[in-house]
Amino acid sequence: MNDQRPITIVIAIVLVGVVLLTKLFLIQVADDSFLKRAERNAIQRVVDHPYRGLVNDRNGNIMVYNNPIFDLMIIPKEFSVRDTSRFCEIFQISKEELIEGYTAARKYSSVKPSPLIKQISTSEFAKIQDYLIDYPGLFVMTRAVRSYPQPSAANALGYIGEISATQLERDTLKYYRQGDYVGLSGIEGFYEKELRGKKGVKYKMVNVRGIDKGSFKGGELDTASIAGHNLTSTIDIELQKYGEMLMEGKRGSVVAIEPKTGEILSMISAPSYDPNVLTGSKFGTNYLLLNRDESRPLFNRPIMAMYPPGSIFKIVQSLVGLQMGVLTPNTTYACNRSLVACHNHSSPVNLFGAIRNSCNPYYHQAYRAMINREVSSSTFKDTEIGLNAWREYVLKFGLGGPLGIDMYNEKGGSIPSSTLYDRVYGPGRWKYSTIYSLSIGQGEMLVTPLQMANLAAIFANKGYYYVPHLIKAIDGDSRRIPEKYRTKVEVGVDAHHFDMVQDAMEQAIFGTAARAAIKDIAIAGKTGTAQNPQGEDHSVFIAFAPKEDPKIAIAVYVENAGWGGRAAASTASLMIEKYLRGEITRPSLEEYVLAGKFM
Amino acid sequence: MRQDDLYINKIDWVTIAIYAVLLLIGWINIYAAVYDEQFPKSIFDLSINSGQQLVRIGAAVLIILLIMVADYRLFENLSWILYFIFLAFLIVTPFIGKEVNGQTLSVGIGSFRIQPAEFAKFTTALALAKFMERPSFDLSKVKHQMQALAIIMLPVVFIMLQPDTGTAMVYSAFFIMLYREGMPQRYYALGLTFIAISLLALGLENNLYLVGGVIVVIFTLIMIGKKKVSKVIGFSLLGLAIIAYSYSLDYVVSKLPEHQQNRIMILFNPDLDPLGAGWNVTQSKIAIGSGGFFGKGYLEGTQTKFDFVPEQHTDFIFCTLGEEFGWLGSLVVVVLFCALLIRLVMLAERQKNRFSRVYGYCVISILFFHFMINIAMTIGLFPVVGIPLPFFSYGGSSLWSFTILLFIFIKLDSHRIQLLGRMG
Repeated sequence: MNDQRPITIVIAIVLVGVVLLTKLFLIQVADDSFLKRAERNAIQRVVDHPYRGLVNDRNGNIMVYNNPIFDLMIIPKEFSVRDTSRFCEIFQISKEELIEGYTAARKYSSVKPSPLIKQISTSEFAKIQDYLIDYPGLFVMTRAVRSYPQPSAANALGYIGEISATQLERDTLKYYRQGDYVGLSGIEGFYEKELRGKKGVKYKMVNVRGIDKGSFKGGELDTASIAGHNLTSTIDIELQKYGEMLMEGKRGSVVAIEPKTGEILSMISAPSYDPNVLTGSKFGTNYLLLNRDESRPLFNRPIMAMYPPGSIFKIVQSLVGLQMGVLTPNTTYACNRSLVACHNHSSPVNLFGAIRNSCNPYYHQAYRAMINREVSSSTFKDTEIGLNAWREYVLKFGLGGPLGIDMYNEKGGSIPSSTLYDRVYGPGRWKYSTIYSLSIGQGEMLVTPLQMANLAAIFANKGYYYVPHLIKAIDGDSRRIPEKYRTKVEVGVDAHHFDMVQDAMEQAIFGTAARAAIKDIAIAGKTGTAQNPQGEDHSVFIAFAPKEDPKIAIAVYVENAGWGGRAAASTASLMIEKYLRGEITRPSLEEYVLAGKFM
Repeated sequence: MRQDDLYINKIDWVTIAIYAVLLLIGWINIYAAVYDEQFPKSIFDLSINSGQQLVRIGAAVLIILLIMVADYRLFENLSWILYFIFLAFLIVTPFIGKEVNGQTLSVGIGSFRIQPAEFAKFTTALALAKFMERPSFDLSKVKHQMQALAIIMLPVVFIMLQPDTGTAMVYSAFFIMLYREGMPQRYYALGLTFIAISLLALGLENNLYLVGGVIVVIFTLIMIGKKKVSKVIGFSLLGLAIIAYSYSLDYVVSKLPEHQQNRIMILFNPDLDPLGAGWNVTQSKIAIGSGGFFGKGYLEGTQTKFDFVPEQHTDFIFCTLGEEFGWLGSLVVVVLFCALLIRLVMLAERQKNRFSRVYGYCVISILFFHFMINIAMTIGLFPVVGIPLPFFSYGGSSLWSFTILLFIFIKLDSHRIQLLGRMG
């Protein structure tokens, strides 16, 4: 019997060997899930965040840059200090702060770094830099925070913030990760792809406590980050700052455009805020404060506020009338105030006089001539056909829809079509007397300040415009901006029609907007006063200058500032002078504007 | 001189060669387990484990030489003395030893410490061999069975007091030797059935499957052959006992200390608590499993090097091998161990006296148990018990005790001719 037993034992040994090898084969060769789990364990993918692109103004002044800030990190296990008081002197902290910071770090981990002193400025860092070597367990970690040397143009520049869940979902290329910072509005938002650069990846090995154990495979899989592109803005930061100063204490917008290029020289949304408050760790709390602020500083008025344009629309009416052939420079109407209110001026007037004096009854009658062309025997049908035909002309002026500025959330305003009136009154139940307010830029018509400035540019250019934009070059190359900002848009009105209109606008300065006149600079402009049922009327003014070779087209919209000749025209005039001359020759006018508070 | 020639020529170099290769592989794996790429140190550096282990290997060589030059009768003559010396050590260890993690395993002076439980293995083996050498000894007699068991159990009791469950379990390996020496087979059949039922009772979510199975088997047994009343009652009682046992086992397990309970539950489902009780097994399996067929290459392992596997240079040293040398490396080591064990069976069987044979089978039993349980636990086939892999794991006591264990047998084997005629 016992002779069998040694063999049984040998069989048992072989069996155990086979079982072990089979199980080993199953987990080592047949199942690769362990390899993946091992990689998840020990190989950490560290994203190397690129340097975000800078933004300069049109004259090369820095508007946005990355400010390095330093955190002094401590590894408690490696840290040792012999002379505590000397340490505290060098690093400018109290003994209590040191003990508190050390204790907190120790509590988190004795081998992983924790911040000891946060947000050290560059100058402070320079002071401590040389001493760092004397203290093991201390090192400095650099972070970059968006920074704005001029606390200006906040709404135009926008801000960056942590990516939202919906944005992450929309990011089908999976470039972003939770916690990444992205441009959320303004230039930062629109040019996110250009500014962000390209993330790099480093694979490093970590041990079970998460401590860095060097790069994986000697770093052969690592990729370096690529810095973002630098943008050149069309904004003139000096003009922008000046405009913001003028708009202090007011609500409204100022948009200045270089007519020949569509470049936005300044875009002021008032009230505004210091863009530096929406950076770094203060973002969250400050954003909430701004968002709750009743004056809505985060509301980008130039592209998001929509108002009835008021009398400035009469220029468009004149040009459409001329192009349609309904009006000629000699068309004369009486200033019949039974039709619509007007102010005192000689009557009857021709087109030139109508522009110069902003004659409401003239446009009431001229618009009727444009609308009711007697193409249909039904006055209702006739009005409908006329309105839609007229609307086609008006839309070409960049109205009734977003212009396509390089910012998100641009509103388009509205130029009503027959559909709108059909909806409100019912088909065949409205006629000219229903819609006549449109003749003088009131009624169911809405325009953004950007569109108003663009109108000024169209008048300056005698019939064309470039889509207004905020960025003129990427990495100094103007050909890299989107094609549409380099494409001329014709408005469909012959250039010669503009000659008389421009003359009339020049004369209008001396009529309704005498304050806007500048010695030796020919300004062509038009005031407007948009009725505001809620309170004081809104003050509107558009202009361009110099008249013979326009360099700047501007629209100023000041809410609740009353008649357009006052606040808006004065502000526009100061902006024009500032831009063309670089200085202000009329300090009294400046004081007048600065004193005006309309909030 | 003639005598010396005689026994040197009889030394089994195959066993020594396998021993040496396993020791070498173990040593380079200890180096891999502590290797730090950022601050690489030489494998001989005494400040790291591999350097330390080399010193211990040197001491082991010294021990081997001492054993080889000693008189072959010495071990036989000293069997009982050694047994009781180490028994005394085991008794005093809980009182004078150094406590680490709630266990008191080692005694010693200054930095020189030994674990008596490790050495008690070979002293127990010697005592058993000596005891069973008597011509009158017969394992089919219950009295003799009990006496042999008593020799085994005495050290176990004191090892349990340390407490060191793992090492205590090793003593159950002597049943392999007892099997060879004629322990009735029915004990083993019973024992294996018992283990199978225990595993099923613990492993199955619902014991009703087990109950169903038992009923079917018992019913079949009753139906086969003659249907005597006593047979029907006997089998029925057996079935009931099994069912009662399976339920009581679940109850007992639920009353165990939590860490032991966890170790058992983890065996059946290691993902139950991968960050807690299952951490060791999970990380160990990840390390070995990530090795693939050829392994990641020497010193290229990430799991063991970066401390994901606890106890990686001692009880979990096999992880380093599995990760860096893959299945191929595992194959080599498993085959080497099996070869060693089978070679030892051959040596044991060629002994001309019972003392040497019994001792030889004790060596086989202990090495087999360590090898099987240690590797099985690293790949999740057995609960985690803290026992080292022979010749591999870092540590002096285990290396020296395995070396002494093995080389006393090699020494005895080389003198098998002289020992002739004393066969019991």
